[in-house]
Amino acid sequence: MIRLVVAAVATLVLVGSAGAAGRPVQADLEAEIVCPTCKTTLDQSNAPIAVRMKIYIRDRIAAGDSAGEIKAQLVDQFGPGVLAEPPKRGFDLLAWLLPIGAVVIGAVVVGALALTWSRRRDAATDHEEPDLDPEIERRLDMELERFEE
Amino acid sequence: MTGRAKTVGQVIAVAAVVGLLALLGWKLAFGDGSGAAGALAGGDNPVAPDFTLPRIDAEGGELRFSSLKGKAVVVNFWASWCIPCKDEAPELQKTYERYRNQGLVVLGVDAKDFRQDGKRFLERFGLTYPVVDDGRGSTLGKWGVRGFPETFFVNREGRLVGEVIEGGIDLERNRERYAEGIRLALGDSK
Repeated sequence: MIRLVVAAVATLVLVGSAGAAGRPVQADLEAEIVCPTCKTTLDQSNAPIAVRMKIYIRDRIAAGDSAGEIKAQLVDQFGPGVLAEPPKRGFDLLAWLLPIGAVVIGAVVVGALALTWSRRRDAATDHEEPDLDPEIERRLDMELERFEE
Repeated sequence: MTGRAKTVGQVIAVAAVVGLLALLGWKLAFGDGSGAAGALAGGDNPVAPDFTLPRIDAEGGELRFSSLKGKAVVVNFWASWCIPCKDEAPELQKTYERYRNQGLVVLGVDAKDFRQDGKRFLERFGLTYPVVDDGRGSTLGKWGVRGFPETFFVNREGRLVGEVIEGGIDLERNRERYAEGIRLALGDSK
């Protein structure tokens, strides 16, 4: 009996997760598409064209289109600026790579600077010589000799 | 840091600052976004910006704006979701029917809109003048369109004349300027 219940629950979970992965979610798409007149995502806008686009997305989901297909249709109509995130291909790929490149270059520069400073300090320590007054040095030697006795 | 590295760093920093200042200057000088409408408001008669866009009227195909040179053109920017655009549509159709024999064309530019919605709009209001689809809004910046509807007048030489009409042409405050724009576009000196 327990096995039967576990199997039923597992089946429900699997069916549910498969459905969530395959069928686009209206709210997700509204957060990924930008209203062409107000430049905010659809979920943040009640502009007339944003409302119309929400209806369009709802209708396309009902018709069985995938998220990619719906986005492609909107890009065809309104241009790539309608996507909240630039596509990860072609020239738009730069929008993703440049920040990563900037972080890597920044890390290399900071590392190089840290290494340079570290070497300079070591070099300075190696060549450091006490600059004692000869009289003080003589007294220090005398004190050390007395201490050793 | 060595002296050389420090100098290179300073040069890069100064170059970056100069570059940003140059961008700012360019933006202030040329990038005010007012387009042809701004030049017209400043007293010039700029050449109307050219474009080639697909037609959504019954004719189909593409329309290149510069191919209309020699005709007077009333260019109306609109969208099907814009309420004042619905109110003024019958007036634009009347203008087209009244003046087409004198060589005037009304040209609709359906911008930031679904082309299917635009086509339904034409059918609903019985519009027979040429209308192009500019869903991406590629013409708006060059023409200096700030909202919908907006109407421009282009004379037979392809230059903007009159005033840009913001809001419906059917509104009382716009009627006189609309008539004046048509008169100037047709080249009527009376």
